[in-house]
Amino acid sequence: MKYKSQAVAKLYFIAAIGLFLGQILFGLIMGLQYVVGDFLFPVIPFNVARMVHTNLLIVWLLFGFMGASYYLIPEESETELYSPKLAIITFWIFLVAGAVTVLGYLLVPYASLAKWTGNDLLNTMGREFLEQPLPTKVGIVIVALSWLFNIVMTVLKGRKTAISIVLSLGMLGLAVFFLFSFYNPVNLVKDKFYWWWVVHLWVEGVWELILGAMLAFVLIKVTGVDREVVEKWLYVIITMTLVTGIIGTGHHYFWIGAPAYWQWWGSVFSALEPIPFLMMTIFAFNMVNKRRREHPNKAAVLWALGTSVMAFLGAGLWGFLHTLAPINYYTHGTQLTAAHGHLAFFGAYALVVLTMISYAMPILRGRAANPERAQIMEMWSFWLMTISMFFIALFLTGAGIVQVWLQRMSPTPMSFMAVQDQISIFYWAREGAGLVFLIGLLLYIGSFFVKGESRAFE
Amino acid sequence: MPPAININNQDDLPGDFAIWIFIFAEMLAFGVLFVAYAFSRAQDVELFNASQLTLSRISGAINTLVLITSSYFVVQGVAAIKRGLNKQCAHWLTGAFILGGVFVVIKMVEFHAKFAADITMSTNNFYMFYLSLTFFHFMHVLMGMVILAMIIMKAKRGGYSTQDYVGVETGASFWHMVDFLWIILFPLVYIIR
Repeated sequence: MKYKSQAVAKLYFIAAIGLFLGQILFGLIMGLQYVVGDFLFPVIPFNVARMVHTNLLIVWLLFGFMGASYYLIPEESETELYSPKLAIITFWIFLVAGAVTVLGYLLVPYASLAKWTGNDLLNTMGREFLEQPLPTKVGIVIVALSWLFNIVMTVLKGRKTAISIVLSLGMLGLAVFFLFSFYNPVNLVKDKFYWWWVVHLWVEGVWELILGAMLAFVLIKVTGVDREVVEKWLYVIITMTLVTGIIGTGHHYFWIGAPAYWQWWGSVFSALEPIPFLMMTIFAFNMVNKRRREHPNKAAVLWALGTSVMAFLGAGLWGFLHTLAPINYYTHGTQLTAAHGHLAFFGAYALVVLTMISYAMPILRGRAANPERAQIMEMWSFWLMTISMFFIALFLTGAGIVQVWLQRMSPTPMSFMAVQDQISIFYWAREGAGLVFLIGLLLYIGSFFVKGESRAFE
Repeated sequence: MPPAININNQDDLPGDFAIWIFIFAEMLAFGVLFVAYAFSRAQDVELFNASQLTLSRISGAINTLVLITSSYFVVQGVAAIKRGLNKQCAHWLTGAFILGGVFVVIKMVEFHAKFAADITMSTNNFYMFYLSLTFFHFMHVLMGMVILAMIIMKAKRGGYSTQDYVGVETGASFWHMVDFLWIILFPLVYIIR
């Protein structure tokens, strides 16, 4: 690596992968509970498993983003990180707070957890994805601000590039929009309205800036294409992202009690949200086709291309599937949403973090690329995880379509639980695909331990 | 014709290619909204016709003339810079900028009248479309004015030349799009019955 302080990224990447494994294990537990309702009851009830599964996802992605930015910002800014020490302290605070929170979910009844952590002082708990106790939420703000501070100070003292500016903007947005998790009005419509400012404006807004910046960075490195070309693409893509994504928030406002014009605004603007993702795919393939060098890290190129394709499919296509109000009227909150959620999070965010890890980790370990055998194993893990996740999405889509029909469209609609029985075959299939995913992930982790002749720096 | 010296090939789109990606995306967004308008109008023609009568066609028509004239000024600005005349270019574009301001003022008077009459986006589907479409377009006019202002400032410093005027063409392309969208929007929402 070019700058000593980039080494802090390694800690973050290792934690990210560890938490990723935890997320998948809880996903498998929960997937089984869909069909074997009392599996692990009362030790790990479904609602707790779900909370751990989704919270771990967010936290490992945040670890990934942080590690990635500590790696790429010094290189972009051509200077050492402002404070590697702060980055290490932040890491341990975040990791310990995260672990304590998950243990709290698992060991203490949620209501007691709320009582002990001061939820009656400021009521913020009990909402999907924002279940964290108050001290954890405050901790997240502190960690995010410390990260932002460290990165911005580094950018300010060094070279300013489009990538570092876009990344910093994304991080600023991430910190700002999380503040809405502290706003919990009694009015349920308002509560939901602003809840989406965290959830939607993160994943369909500011996170996409972070995604774009990370992908652009890796593509410059592995293809050697001119920075100006990559930067112009990046600007066009993020502008389109914000233009479509911000008003696109409206696709969550169709049925929650917000004014009816959101059905038009939300439908039209979110229907355009796939465009920046499509542009990202075209961009990635274009850059790789125009490459000026053969980078020895073939695995990183595969992850990068995979990100652009799977993000388009998961976020773009599967999102579009149910984003128009007249369709969403039937599909809202069904397994179609789960299908989209899985493929989008994996395709856009899990893959971009893995892309970054795949590119940076060998360098952090003192070589340009991993040994051939390790890379082959890594590429196998890419295909296993990607294909099995695609199948998870397909099975859930199947489940969703049958669910919509039986529960909401048929002349003799069935009750929710009766329908769940009817679609159990899809859940079993999904659990099978989940196991293949776990094998892929274990293979991925194993690839870090493969020894062999590795390419030194040129 | 002697081979052109400047880097802008006649066959290429004028301005930076990136702006054309935006223009394409913008046209798509407005296109979808126009189709949605037509679709909803077909469901309730009487309501749309009745509500349409409350719009001020005069101010809409004046604004159409204002924008078309401003586009002409922009064309003159580009022609000036192609001859390397930074000052003249800045003057023409300033004219266009002022006309943009006139459009904004007239539009605000119109918006004010509607809000004073307690008309909101929730009044009915026609007003929802009228307010949304004209508001989105209004924001584009403001955006276009910001772009023009930046080009004017650079031109005043003599920042362009016969060799390098891509920036002017890029801004001009955006402004023409803003004008063009209004030329569709005005008859669609104010006139066609």
